[in-house]
Amino acid sequence: MTLPKVEIKGIRDGLLVTVGEASWETQREALLAYLDEQSDFLQGARLALSIGNQPLRPVQLGRLRDEISERGLTLWAVLSDSPKTQETAQNLGLATRISRPLPERRIARLDTRLESGEQTMLVKRTLRSGYRLENTGHIVVIGDVNPGAEIIAGGHVIVWGRLRGMVHAGAQGDEEAMVCALELFPTQLRIASQVITTLHRRRGKAVPSCAQIVDGAIVIRDWDAH
Amino acid sequence: MTATVVTITSGKGGVGKTTATANLAAALATEGQKVVCIDADIGLRNLDVILGLENRIVYDLVDVIEGRCRLRQAMIRDKRLPELYLIPAAQTRDKSAVSPSDMVRLCNELRPEVDWILLDSPAGIERGFRNAIAPADIVLVVTNPEVSAVRDADRIIGLIEAEEKGPARLIINRLKPEMVRRGDMLDIDDVLELLAVELIGVVPDDEQVVVSANRGLPVAMDGNNQAGKAFKNIARRLLGHKVPFMDLEANKGFFDRLARFFRTTGE
Repeated sequence: MTLPKVEIKGIRDGLLVTVGEASWETQREALLAYLDEQSDFLQGARLALSIGNQPLRPVQLGRLRDEISERGLTLWAVLSDSPKTQETAQNLGLATRISRPLPERRIARLDTRLESGEQTMLVKRTLRSGYRLENTGHIVVIGDVNPGAEIIAGGHVIVWGRLRGMVHAGAQGDEEAMVCALELFPTQLRIASQVITTLHRRRGKAVPSCAQIVDGAIVIRDWDAH
Repeated sequence: MTATVVTITSGKGGVGKTTATANLAAALATEGQKVVCIDADIGLRNLDVILGLENRIVYDLVDVIEGRCRLRQAMIRDKRLPELYLIPAAQTRDKSAVSPSDMVRLCNELRPEVDWILLDSPAGIERGFRNAIAPADIVLVVTNPEVSAVRDADRIIGLIEAEEKGPARLIINRLKPEMVRRGDMLDIDDVLELLAVELIGVVPDDEQVVVSANRGLPVAMDGNNQAGKAFKNIARRLLGHKVPFMDLEANKGFFDRLARFFRTTGE
């Protein structure tokens, strides 16, 4: 079995390691073999890892991160075209982008995504404290957004659940953006450049509500009122 | 025997992880189980003190991992409960002395020997926490009914899910029924509504816990008090028994309960 090619180059934030396409086990093996071989040269380096389309689950990536840290190196970013891997990397607190531009095919893909600004990100899970969702388009969450979680969207934010974290709609200045939730009690709510803080929970049953800018100020209304 | 590895963690410090570990270990051992507890809080060890085994430490966790002694040599046997063992943490090192895969290896070596391995996690979400959850089969998250502790528990539960160790189970520690009744403390439902995980036990606040910890005699080992009973119930739930949740109001006076009865039926 031939191992895929491992390439390394210096970038501003450390070293970018690119592993050729192959099955995950082979990629991993090739990478670790390379790191062991080059251990003198690499001592203490911060690594960003580029692994093509490989969809990785948290156990796989977490294991690799530990194996890298055992070698005295730090894995700080994982670059991948696979949304699954990106999500995994974000969950493990790894960066998924580096400041230097990526190889060209990826830039092309990202650009087409960002152009419309109307893309919607749908997330079906509870966002616990420490999670952060960012999208230049809209964000829809099916689940709760707990205190300590953050949502930042270029467009609208809709939460089919309890919204108690920090939310910013129209983050690039869109004053038409709205925030809707089944229970709207965010620790902080921003629309464009307006901010309001701590909505206290009213007694009684919560009703779905919606926040938007009316005459330059954020107004929250029960959904029935529309 | 194939042991189940239970990691006790919390995110926030001082909510009672170590106390919970010591008491669950004692309670499981009382049920006739063979238990090893491991203090993964390297550099800030406490579990040995609470179990009253501090003066018997010769070798520690880092000695085992770095090969200075055999696993058996680091296991301190509790004289009161002969099926209870402790592997203490090193006090003179820090978290980086151990890696998550070291912990997995250590637990795998222990698994055939015992029924339960309880891992006392350090506070925080860094290396020490990752060391502690790496080998876990079950993760118990300890929280207090306080906003900051619940917030940290939420973060930890998210990280446990991300590492595919979930779903975590929850212990609510130091509940003061009196304060809850006055509306001055989060109640169990408030906590569960936010965290949305399975509750495995509620431990009432009890001064005896502090007294016992200072004496090195976990409350679950010694006779009759509510916190000790609550820990015993959690241990029995881990063993798969159906144990109803304690009525934390049970020791209130008769008239109190009567008044409550009329209040609830009146609504």
